[in-house]
Amino acid sequence: MNSALTVSNLGLTIGGAKILEGITLSVNQNETLGIIGPNGAGKTSLFNLLSGLREATTGTIHLGEKEITNLKPHQRAQAGIARTFQTSSIFPFLTLLENVRIAAQVADGSSMNLTKGADKYKEVLYRASACLEQVGLLNKGALFAGALSHGDKRRLEIAIVLASKSDVVLLDEPMAGMSVENIPALVEIIRSLATVHKKTVLIVEHHMEVILGLADRIAVLNYGELLTIDTPQNVMDNPTVQSAYLGAEL
Amino acid sequence: MSTFLLILLTGVGLGALYFLVASGLSLIYGLMGVLNFAHGAFLTIGAFTGLWISTKVFPNPTTWTFIAAMIAGGIAAGLFALLMEQLVINRLYNRHIDQALVTVGVGLVVTALLAGWFGSDARLFPTPLWFMKAVTIGEAIIPIDRFVYIGVATILLIAMLSILRFTRIGLIIRAGVENRSMVSALGINVRLAFSTVFFIGGFAAGVGGVLISVFSYGVSPQMGGSWLIYGFIVVVVGGMGSITGSAIAAMLIGVTNQFANYYLTGLGDFVVVIILAAVLLTKPSGLLGKVNH
Repeated sequence: MNSALTVSNLGLTIGGAKILEGITLSVNQNETLGIIGPNGAGKTSLFNLLSGLREATTGTIHLGEKEITNLKPHQRAQAGIARTFQTSSIFPFLTLLENVRIAAQVADGSSMNLTKGADKYKEVLYRASACLEQVGLLNKGALFAGALSHGDKRRLEIAIVLASKSDVVLLDEPMAGMSVENIPALVEIIRSLATVHKKTVLIVEHHMEVILGLADRIAVLNYGELLTIDTPQNVMDNPTVQSAYLGAEL
Repeated sequence: MSTFLLILLTGVGLGALYFLVASGLSLIYGLMGVLNFAHGAFLTIGAFTGLWISTKVFPNPTTWTFIAAMIAGGIAAGLFALLMEQLVINRLYNRHIDQALVTVGVGLVVTALLAGWFGSDARLFPTPLWFMKAVTIGEAIIPIDRFVYIGVATILLIAMLSILRFTRIGLIIRAGVENRSMVSALGINVRLAFSTVFFIGGFAAGVGGVLISVFSYGVSPQMGGSWLIYGFIVVVVGGMGSITGSAIAAMLIGVTNQFANYYLTGLGDFVVVIILAAVLLTKPSGLLGKVNH
């Protein structure tokens, strides 16, 4: 199977402190990889390196065949990596449609064009509307995003990711702050990223039942190192993982 | 009643000038987090360019030459702002102290260069004759230049809001004001939006510089510094990153200043500082602040 994302010996050192060290992993196309680990294990730092918000101290990152290690964040996004953030990744003073449209117009190209009215790009508007519909928010398209409930904001983030046309999606704790009754619906939307939209998904999440239900494989980070990467069952059965993260009772 | 109307329209006219100074400041801070102390220099460069157009290129002032002076002043200031962003600010993003020091330095250098070149004395800005006239509204006699300030500021306000509201780059700028990292994460080179905002902000300040030259009866190298202070006050009161907030705050400050100066015998600046303190204490983000960084 072709690799969508390959990371070799990736490391990050800040002020002498090793945040990540020797991370080597490969994510297959259309695979959902869960990333777990205790707080401070380096999960979000790994996403920051992959999306270019931080420069790696060591190692390389390949998106498909293309090396992206030295690309800037917007260049990586153009290459095909989309991400959401632990805290909200939306624009609260823009409408829902504008939130998604900005991603759609980047995917469409010529996003900085000053001479043509934004509403002239019908295909961009159509795409943005379609993405909102897929997450069940089309009827709220004219509302300001800041007025949404937390659950709807998370849905909106997924709609933005969908509109970006990226092949690889990094989701940083998408369930954070969600009420229990809203989680199953969001899980199905995230599942559809891989099953329907054929994207490769990397998801950092603390809800173990969510990760176990979504991920094809799980990578476990601990103190900035990759403990293991394996199927959910094997990870659950791994005694090193149990002692380091999951707890003996599991 | 006539005095009230005169003070009101003078205050709105003054507010219009404040808006021209503050709008660019607000957007530049809102999008880039850059506290631009060189913004007064943009204003001064616009004023001197306008003066050059009005005295050397078109020595006989007419309505059209004045419009040409405003546009030339705006473009010169916009290009200077763009140059500064490309050569200096571009290397200092996220280094706020360095930005503040460097922009203070640029402001001082521009003032010193202009003073060395043209001298420190104020030079009268030639205007069409009708600028000296007044119109009668009810019993009030209103100098006509007030309406010019209000008209130009309104046109620029509508133009800026239209760019922000109806264009693709405007959407990117609005999004960048709220969440710069996310805009980058979507694949947008936010630096291009930065350059656009610097040009727009410089353009507005340059046009404002020409109008301020008329309002304050002269062009001088030091004019930018004193108006910059009011620009910052308007930005803080209106809210960083909000053009509409800047417009509302500019009107509030301008009108209050004029009424306080008349009814409280010269306490206009004091009352403005009280308003600033009240906003900082009760709503530190300003009336319509949007900045999230």
